[in-house]
Amino acid sequence: MVREVSESCVDSLMTEMVACYCNRFYANKPELAARRIEAIGYQVGQQLSERYTMERPRFGDHLEAIKFICKDFWSEVFKKQIDNLKTNHRGTFVLQDNKFPWLARMSVDPSTDNVSSVEDYSAPTAESKAAQAMSMHLYFPCGIIRGALSNLGIPCAVSADISSLPACSFVVRIKA
Amino acid sequence: MAPVAPRSGDAIFANIEHVNCSWTVQNAELFTLTYGAIVRQLLTDLEEVDEVNKQLDQMGYNIGIRLIDEFLAKSNVSSCVDFRETAEVIAKVGLKMFIGVTASVTNWNAEGTCCSIVLEDNPLVDFVELPDTYQGLHYCNILSGVIRGALDMVSMKAEVTWLRDALRGDDVFELQVKLLKQVPEEYPYKDDE
Repeated sequence: MVREVSESCVDSLMTEMVACYCNRFYANKPELAARRIEAIGYQVGQQLSERYTMERPRFGDHLEAIKFICKDFWSEVFKKQIDNLKTNHRGTFVLQDNKFPWLARMSVDPSTDNVSSVEDYSAPTAESKAAQAMSMHLYFPCGIIRGALSNLGIPCAVSADISSLPACSFVVRIKA
Repeated sequence: MAPVAPRSGDAIFANIEHVNCSWTVQNAELFTLTYGAIVRQLLTDLEEVDEVNKQLDQMGYNIGIRLIDEFLAKSNVSSCVDFRETAEVIAKVGLKMFIGVTASVTNWNAEGTCCSIVLEDNPLVDFVELPDTYQGLHYCNILSGVIRGALDMVSMKAEVTWLRDALRGDDVFELQVKLLKQVPEEYPYKDDE
């Protein structure tokens, strides 16, 4: 019997965790907050991948493992598969999700006020703040992917690319 | 021994199941493991068990003050007439809607302002064992915060404490919810930051 909880439970927990680390613990140190959030994702990814591969034989190569992440793993976690997978056949994979559920609830305001071209870093624009908040949230799924692959014996670095919203891409660089 | 209330928790719950088809659920494992990772990370970063308890409660509070909106919107329950009904709704409808388990309400005091919510089943603690070094940890403290926050938003100030904790050797989880004050709409509300 598969136990179920409401989707809002995970959403609220995640949002609160990110808020906690970004605003309370490391209010002015976003890099430290990011690392913690990623670390939490890493633990979760390791455990989930362990559970989801219990019955299977080992993966033959990196591509098979990545495909597992794209299909079975993503389905278990997000109820959908990765929409597009690209690789340069040299250890870099780009996993594109056209409608990443955890971002779906974030409003991206295509603010037309962003006409001012003056880059004033002391006063972050509303847009850059939104982008920063979004990237903070994305450290968690990046960590999950990194943890999952690490558990399958594939050390890597994972980053998120939100240049073409609402699609979100996860770039996996396998360490030689 | 169900309290004689205008509507029993079971009646409310039965009605909910019928009305509510847009409620989205997902695999609890992600939730359980994420919570566990958060607690572990907090323990690493904060080191002191009391600090972690406090943070979990604060996180729960922040979640509760938002979750109540969703609850009221999706559950179709109308205002509870009294605290007894409130407690039943939390145990039978609220907990069921969000974490998929129902609890029971017992140990009412004479005035009807204090009761216990007892959970036999708790998804937060799946796969969890508390090592001896962390016996002071209230692992599920986020739950007490959530209830406290949710009640705050419907004008009830409550104190929520753990009486029994299955991770520490008891057989169930028992939360004591004590109504301190029923406050009529208060503006502006002071943010806990």
